[in-house]
Amino acid sequence: MLLTGLLMVASLASLYASNTDNLNANKSPEKADKPGNELDAGKIILGKVLDHHEWPLFKIGDDYVSIPLPIILYDRDEGTLHMFMSSRFDHGHSSYKGFKLDEDERIVPVRAGTMEVDPTRRAPLDFSITMTAAGVFITLIIMMLVFIPIARKYKRKGNCPPKGLQAVLEPLILFVRDNIGVAAIGKDKYERFMPFILTMFFFIFFANLLGLVPIFPGGANITGNISVTMVLAAMTFFTICFSGNKQYWMHIFNPPGIPWWLKFPIPLMPIIEIVGVFIKPFVLMVRLTANILAGHIVILGLLVLIFIIGNISVTAGYGAAAMAVIFTVFITFLKFLVAFIQAYVFTLLSAIYLGMAVDDAH
Amino acid sequence: MGFVVLGLVSPGLGLVFWKTVAFLIVMFILGKFAWPPIIKALSQREKAIEEALRSAQMARDEMKELEARNEKLMQKAKEERDAVLTEARKMKDKLMEEAKNSAKKEGERIMEETKKQIHYERMATITELKNEVASLSIDIAEKVLQKELEDKNKHYSLIQEQLKKVKFN
Repeated sequence: MLLTGLLMVASLASLYASNTDNLNANKSPEKADKPGNELDAGKIILGKVLDHHEWPLFKIGDDYVSIPLPIILYDRDEGTLHMFMSSRFDHGHSSYKGFKLDEDERIVPVRAGTMEVDPTRRAPLDFSITMTAAGVFITLIIMMLVFIPIARKYKRKGNCPPKGLQAVLEPLILFVRDNIGVAAIGKDKYERFMPFILTMFFFIFFANLLGLVPIFPGGANITGNISVTMVLAAMTFFTICFSGNKQYWMHIFNPPGIPWWLKFPIPLMPIIEIVGVFIKPFVLMVRLTANILAGHIVILGLLVLIFIIGNISVTAGYGAAAMAVIFTVFITFLKFLVAFIQAYVFTLLSAIYLGMAVDDAH
Repeated sequence: MGFVVLGLVSPGLGLVFWKTVAFLIVMFILGKFAWPPIIKALSQREKAIEEALRSAQMARDEMKELEARNEKLMQKAKEERDAVLTEARKMKDKLMEEAKNSAKKEGERIMEETKKQIHYERMATITELKNEVASLSIDIAEKVLQKELEDKNKHYSLIQEQLKKVKFN
């Protein structure tokens, strides 16, 4: 409860920071003097769940503090690679090396020395370590810091009862092994896919949990970002493609037990099956992103409500704050559950598709 | 605003690239150094626990069997003891009987002998007594005869008298 309370305060603070941040970045200076009147809930919420080129922390006075992240650009016109920190952009106020951040946080080419967009140059390929990418790295580093020492513990005294972090994670590992690996793929084949399944599960789970922490190193919307889930779904897709056996492909291109007129002259069933091959990972991707994003947006909406109502009347704002906090606590607990359930569902479905692809007998 | 909403569903190139690279590297590292030892240790531990449980069960069974065997052995020992005791009692009875018998016989024999001895002794005494009595009687008779024969006339008259009663035909 205390932890949740702390998270709440921190998220309110960072929300306030980004609230003004958005306004400062997007409005003209005279309007930014009275930010309360210009509250755009949609913009604030989307600003919080979208990717950034810096990691906003908090606001002191009128300055907001953020961790600059590396910008890596490939200039397609000149064929050069640019690498610098995002602090060079000064939150979108200045340009650097002929680029600037536009108001949607895209990096666009500008005429040298000005802030005007140069339409003659093509937009650069943006390989920057964005907030979400940094969040991905943090999640993966945490995974390595957690699991490699645990693995060493297992190697040294595997038969001893688990202790500490090992005891916390062992039920999860066993859960993934027994209820996902063995259950979906089968006893004799699951072992080959365990590294994939375990990495997938714990990445999603850890990333979801980190997404619940509103301050650094959490706060990045990792699994609610479509790029991340797309990569995860693509991993599942390619794993299925590479490990699918003859029967699996036969079922796709020439499904047995189906009347011939469904296959010839129009290959209806093969078309449906092939579409299914792509739809499966696509649905995985959308489901995970949508679930996590929805949770974030609900919480942010509740919190923004405080400021909206507070703008109308300060007293009503306090009342709204109390209500919003209660709801947010509830939603946060729900998100703990969702963090686990979505990791489970994504991994389980991946494992089931994998199990179908490597099954011998139909 | 339009692009912002679109941003929710449009994947970013850089993010996809970094995510793929990082995830593959971590999956490789964990797949090499973390997951196999963990999975192996877990299944090994499961096997060890199963083994331990089975061996405990086996030990229990063995114990039970041993106990049953002990019980049987005990029973057998008891029976044997009882048999030995019975045998011993029988033997004792027999021995006692025999001893009694032999004692009786011996006693009887001794008694017989004693009786014989006594008989002989008595006989000897009687004989001696007889002899004594005989010699005493002879002595007395001698003395009486001597005394009788001192008076010849008397004897003579007696004889005469007797002769007179005898009639010759």
